Amino acid sequence: MDVLLDESNRQAYLSGFTWILLLTLVSAVFSLVLGVILAAMRVSPIPVLRWAGSMWVQLFRNTPLTLIIFFCYFGLFSTLGFKVSNNITVNNFWLGVVGLSVYTAAFVCEAIRAGINSVPAGQAEAARAIGLTFSQSLTMIVLPQAIRTTIAPLGSTLIALCKNTTIVGTIGVIEASTVMKDLINSNGDAVIEVFIMFAGTFAVVLIPTGYLFNWMSRRWAVKT
Amino acid sequence: MTGQPLIRLENVDKHYGALHVLQDINLEIPQGQVVVLLGPSGSGKSTLCRTINRLESIDSGTIYFDGTPIPAEGKQLAHLRSEVGMVFQSFNLFAHKTILENVMLGPQKVLKEKKSDVEPRARLLLERVGVQAQADKYPSQLSGGQQQRVAIARALAMEPKAMLFDEPTSALDPEMVGEVLDVMTSLARDGMTMIVVTHEMGFARHAADRVIFMADGQIIEDAEPDQFFTNPGTDRAKDFLSRILTH
Ligand SMILES: Nc1ncnc2c1ncn2[C@@H]1O[C@H](COP(=O)(O)OP(=O)(O)OP(=O)(O)O)[C@@H](O)[C@H]1O
Ligand SMILES: [Mg+2]
Repeated sequence: MDVLLDESNRQAYLSGFTWILLLTLVSAVFSLVLGVILAAMRVSPIPVLRWAGSMWVQLFRNTPLTLIIFFCYFGLFSTLGFKVSNNITVNNFWLGVVGLSVYTAAFVCEAIRAGINSVPAGQAEAARAIGLTFSQSLTMIVLPQAIRTTIAPLGSTLIALCKNTTIVGTIGVIEASTVMKDLINSNGDAVIEVFIMFAGTFAVVLIPTGYLFNWMSRRWAVKT
Repeated sequence: MTGQPLIRLENVDKHYGALHVLQDINLEIPQGQVVVLLGPSGSGKSTLCRTINRLESIDSGTIYFDGTPIPAEGKQLAHLRSEVGMVFQSFNLFAHKTILENVMLGPQKVLKEKKSDVEPRARLLLERVGVQAQADKYPSQLSGGQQQRVAIARALAMEPKAMLFDEPTSALDPEMVGEVLDVMTSLARDGMTMIVVTHEMGFARHAADRVIFMADGQIIEDAEPDQFFTNPGTDRAKDFLSRILTH
């Protein structure tokens, strides 16, 4: 691991994974919120909302993420002038967050909707029968029971999101995969080492994340 | 007898695609009456029951509850539903809530009552249906008969003006049918307005004020229980009774 003994390489490694972490966390929050809203739309009694939710899912789930990120950069930023910061890296970060969030929200929505469908229809019917509104029945009766079956697929979605953040490297955020490429370019004799170091870092974080989500879904399962 | 019926259906029609499930239904149910709905499978009993709290919509006609047409949606519909209790064949207790929470949820979230006001009432209701000892358990820990009695308590907690029962004992083991029917009989005696879809002829004979017999989406008999069981007016009803009473 000689490569990392070099102070500036170590800085680059840390900063690369800091971007990965930030992109993952911020996008996870946005895509969770957006995904819940989309799922609510898809099961709502209002046809136009159901249609809009389903269009969103179809559109973003079937478009390669790279294209979406490029669109955020060339479309939102270069053409439409979307700008949240004068710092170009920070602005690219937010463009990446937008792209990752709209894309990941489609998967979050489908995970939640599958969870909602796993709750027997009689639960929502009984909720309506005592006079709960649609949103009360969704938030108090259906979603709490849907979480059980949703938590494991949400874990997979989070893991996929984390790996997908490396695509934001293509629009100028020096995240881990970009750092790795640079280190390989400048340390041709240590390709395997560098690769193992970066891939290993992902694995060391993501494998326990997977176990954590499985554990949570089992814990919640005993509640009912 | 007060002037207006509590529930009134006027020329109600409903289709499922090509199937005409409710055909020009006209029906008046006065306050305090206990009506048993009978009829062969697929005759539209559940559908009729469910239109009254609008779990099913209708194509044409009007349903009045307590003098006003039932609203199509929104807050007013939620309010109507809070005045009409419903008990399902499959209990449908909220699986992630305790028994006590099941009973308290409606009054707290729909009627906006304070927890401290609701809890004593909820415990009293659980006592009335004989499951007070199970208050802190989850529905899956109770027997079917106990769950159905909780479901009745949950509906009663809303202090409804009428109660709908759609085959409340059909999913129960035979030895648990009696305990649920007992609760229903005592409700009937206390003057609750009830519409009950059931195959329990004993309940129909002894607790009902009126029997309505449906076939193919129509009401074809409407009589007092005694008259219906001893002297049915149509061949369809005779046929139905001969088949059900031989079991
Ligand atoms: N959601 C639906 N979509 C299409 N057809 C339906 C639907 N619900 C009920 N039906 C049909 O409508 C008819 C009446 O159904 P309903 O459930 O009211 O009958 P029922 O008298 O309650 O019968 P059962 O004694 O079997 O419960 C049946 O033929 C049924 O198949
Ligand atoms: Mg039925």
